[in-house]
Amino acid sequence: MALDVMARAASPIPLEAAFRAEAGELLALVGHSGSGKTTLLRTIAGLWRPETARVAVDGEIWLDTAAGVNLPPHRRHVGVVFQNHALFPHMTAVQNVIAAMDRDAPSPRVEAERLLALVNLPELADRKPAQLSGGQQQRVAVARALARRPQALLLDEPFSAVDRATRERLYDEIIALRAHLKMPVVLVTHDMNEAQLLADRIVVIEKGRLVREGTTAEVMADPEALRAMGVREVAALLPAIIIEHLDDGLTRLDAASGPLFLPTIDGAPGTRVRVRILAHEVILARKRPEGLSAQNILAGKVSGIVPGTGPGVIVHVQVGDAEILAGVTRRAVEQMGLGAGDEVHAIVKSMSVARDHIARAPIETGASQSRRSTAPP
Amino acid sequence: MDWTALFLSLRLAGCTVAILLPVSILVGRWLAHRQFRGKGLVEALVMLPLVLPPTVFGFYLLLALGRNSPIGAVWQAAVGHQLVFTFEGLLAASVIINLSFAIQPAQRGFEAVPVEVREAAACCGMSPWRSLWRVELPLAWPGVMTAMVLTFAHTLGEFGVILMMGGSIPGQTRTIAISIYDRVQGLDMAGAGVMSATLVAISLFTIAATYMLSARVGRRLS
Repeated sequence: MALDVMARAASPIPLEAAFRAEAGELLALVGHSGSGKTTLLRTIAGLWRPETARVAVDGEIWLDTAAGVNLPPHRRHVGVVFQNHALFPHMTAVQNVIAAMDRDAPSPRVEAERLLALVNLPELADRKPAQLSGGQQQRVAVARALARRPQALLLDEPFSAVDRATRERLYDEIIALRAHLKMPVVLVTHDMNEAQLLADRIVVIEKGRLVREGTTAEVMADPEALRAMGVREVAALLPAIIIEHLDDGLTRLDAASGPLFLPTIDGAPGTRVRVRILAHEVILARKRPEGLSAQNILAGKVSGIVPGTGPGVIVHVQVGDAEILAGVTRRAVEQMGLGAGDEVHAIVKSMSVARDHIARAPIETGASQSRRSTAPP
Repeated sequence: MDWTALFLSLRLAGCTVAILLPVSILVGRWLAHRQFRGKGLVEALVMLPLVLPPTVFGFYLLLALGRNSPIGAVWQAAVGHQLVFTFEGLLAASVIINLSFAIQPAQRGFEAVPVEVREAAACCGMSPWRSLWRVELPLAWPGVMTAMVLTFAHTLGEFGVILMMGGSIPGQTRTIAISIYDRVQGLDMAGAGVMSATLVAISLFTIAATYMLSARVGRRLS
């Protein structure tokens, strides 16, 4: 059940993109507002038809301008979570979910309550959208999209209308939900943190054109790919396990290379998480430094040095079986005489990791294990 | 008290509402959602009955529906009598002059339904008809309701066009408004007073009842 998309148009915005999302895969379309990523999502849903386009799911053609095929949205089995949720205001949560089911669905109420339980909202089934918080509305919208039994699930900036604390919780919920989803999922976002924490693969869209496509780890390590989004977004995901919450407001985690101290994060000891470490926040040292305020010193080996177009380079450092990235100047690399295979220490300030740069590790299933490039420890 | 005239007025208002309800929904929704060239002209045409004197409208309707017009001729051939100066002719005129009252508020009602909500309905697998029935109409209902109340009340009160189009034939075209005018002309002030008061009561009741009802619908929705 893979989703194939090709779209080309000259107006109203130029489009030139083709990509594929595999079954069970979460593909993030990232780009600035106005880059055309939402237009691509709308093309998949049938809400927009570019001049030349083809959309097929599992061999079933939804749109093929060359062949004159264009199924209307209601004939495409697609689940869409809209930016501002777009719930039906006159229906309760459970009625919203039932509204998306086929009319001959057996016991719709039971199925709707199952879906609301899946998004952690079982007790608010009979509330109207106006009586729900932004995060709760978003959960109803996800349940409604799933009620359609979609062949593709589309998420259009689904976290932009909720506050930051809610967003952190929703990230974890989406990650947990992934274990139940067999269809391709396409997430549209301008937030690189969100893309890195949630996506298996990333497609970067700039002015309607696909500029880079690859696994999340590949794209997030590539300053060229991220030029439009800002090279300061270059970052690695470090898998870790929560060990204990300390009295001084820090949480001690265990990463592949040793202990990691971060400002208090949610989660019981034993919880597997992934920590997003921004490359430009990382300092490298040849010897293990002493008398330093930074709490996290990770010992590793240089596995590669990737030059950018500017004065900076990205140094890949293997720590345990994970990799972190350091964005340093070319001059620093020359002064240190760094080369592949050299032992280095990567220094990460505790305070440089924002709370929403940490998310639960995905629940690993056989299929997802092989997809992910960085497996948790 | 001219009961025949009162019932004729109520029947005319009821029939006008019955015909204009689907028209207001379909045309109102169309004007709310579609952008096309000449939309401004269509909207202006719909609004025309609001600004023209009833005599001007009645004059053109007389020409358009009279025995010598194509519509009037077809009607005469099919039914055996002419369209003007009958209840059917009056109904045709009433439907046309009420278009603005029926379409405008319904259009505003449909415009108030967010476009994402309509798109969500389509993405939930609803056909356009099902989306209209299950999502758009419940949300646009206050507008459609207002349209129907205005149409009903305005038909009860219509005078000029009916005088031009229908004359004053008892049981056919003499509505309550015409009957009141005839009483005053005949210096029957007491009769005119009773009928005027009745008309005031009915109109007030209709409008108040509808507003109360739509407030309840509004509470149900929010």
